[in-house]
Amino acid sequence: MKKLINSPESVLADALRGIEAAHPDQRVDHENRVIYRATPKEHGTVALVSGGGSGHEPLHGGFVGFGMLDAACAGEVFTSPTPDQMQAATKEVDRGAGVLHIVKNYTGDVMNFEMAAELAAMEASVDVKTIVVNDDVAVQDSLYTAGRRGVGLTVLLEKIVGAAAEQGRSLDEVVALAEKVNGDGRSMGMALTSCTVPAAGKPTFDLPDDQMEIGIGIHGEPGRQRVPLADASHVAEQLVEPILADLDFGSAPTIVMLNGMGGTPLIELYLMYGEVARILEKHGITIARNLVGNYITSLDMAGCSVTVLRADDEIVSLWDAPVETPGLRWGR
Amino acid sequence: MSTTISIDGFTAWLDAFRTRVTENKAYLTELDSAIGDADHGSNMARGMAAVMDKVGAAAPSTADELFKTVGMTLVTSVGGASGPLYGTFFLRFGMTAGSVSECDGAALAAALRAGLDGVVARGKAEANDKTMFDAMAPAIDALDSALASGASLADAVAAARDAAAAGRDATEPLVARKGRASYLGDRSAGHLDPGATSTAMLFDALAEVIAA
Repeated sequence: MKKLINSPESVLADALRGIEAAHPDQRVDHENRVIYRATPKEHGTVALVSGGGSGHEPLHGGFVGFGMLDAACAGEVFTSPTPDQMQAATKEVDRGAGVLHIVKNYTGDVMNFEMAAELAAMEASVDVKTIVVNDDVAVQDSLYTAGRRGVGLTVLLEKIVGAAAEQGRSLDEVVALAEKVNGDGRSMGMALTSCTVPAAGKPTFDLPDDQMEIGIGIHGEPGRQRVPLADASHVAEQLVEPILADLDFGSAPTIVMLNGMGGTPLIELYLMYGEVARILEKHGITIARNLVGNYITSLDMAGCSVTVLRADDEIVSLWDAPVETPGLRWGR
Repeated sequence: MSTTISIDGFTAWLDAFRTRVTENKAYLTELDSAIGDADHGSNMARGMAAVMDKVGAAAPSTADELFKTVGMTLVTSVGGASGPLYGTFFLRFGMTAGSVSECDGAALAAALRAGLDGVVARGKAEANDKTMFDAMAPAIDALDSALASGASLADAVAAARDAAAAGRDATEPLVARKGRASYLGDRSAGHLDPGATSTAMLFDALAEVIAA
């Protein structure tokens, strides 16, 4: 499989050097693999730390900057970062008002962030709280699974909570907002192909030309089921219906993201957004804001995911607040 | 035949484990591609290479020092779920083994049991969730039974190795209830669990070293 890399072992280190060179508003701690804002936020405001495996860019490093994250810890491709990284990041970004860890619900991410929080509690120097994002409707939240995965909603949550932190809300207020956003958003993804992890050199799974995976995550693993390939309007139905079945959006304004998994061209993402918007409007759902593009990817996987967030005036206003990161930029 | 394992013996165990996960990196990756995200091979090889470097440099003289180094190195270099799980296993192992320079069968069994308890505390797995627990728990039970019936250390560890291998094989038909494989639901059945496979390698390495 052809990739633009030097070697599988050096992908992360090489990419971090490129990120630092490309973004003067960010700085990179190469030893600890953490991406920081070059200019720290105001003293006395809550700092946001996230992180996860690499391979989902722009998530999370591309969202470090004004109005969003303060630090992102980078793990190896599709591998959770480690507690020492979160510890270093937490201490570095603390502005005296506490730190929120934003954690996607995967066993590895949760365990590593938990260990980091335990270490922080032992040192008792920074007040750390955690939000675990679990928006994926493809997985049953039951005793028989590791719980719903944290997927697309993570992007929206980082933006909304980022704005609240920038505006000076307290740690408790920021946590409450994060929990509200997490409870009010749902996502569903699909794939036309798997992806190729540098170390493996070939796609994680094979998908015949006439089939697609429904209910995928972001790590290249197979989805909930494999079904015959369908046209965009039917794919859109298979993504939107489970979301609508899982949460009542009522007459609330919504924020909708049509996210590319990394290997699908923008023309197709726009096409899919059109189909998704048509279905939502048919159900009487008001779309207040949207995002179309690659925001939480899975290397070179072809496919897309839909996220729908039940919002309100406050959430929309936080969404509209200025943000200046490589991944999202408006209002400044 | 030896009735104890020394620090050198423990170090040889870790090195034998490192050899196994490194030689089988592609295989572990293959298993983890079927029901995961294809990183278990790389993660374990990288972690154990870092462990052997750190242990070589630190030259610890007691079990607690050695396994604290092992555990912390795995936690900071493996990532994913395996880092905290294997890391906690070795940290608890060392804490229970204590500030000693060798362990007899009973001490080894107690340390392994503490390690397993740590894995359960961290990951909350139960039997048949299709995880490393399904190889580790039977292995430690087999070790305890063998020692209780008067087996030599070597025979007891061989029994543990065999039980770990059987436990790994028994994961094949299971539907995963933990970890990334659980997202696949029924599709996780018919594949060996990668974590159970690396755990079987851990006990295989131990048996090789004790028999030597």
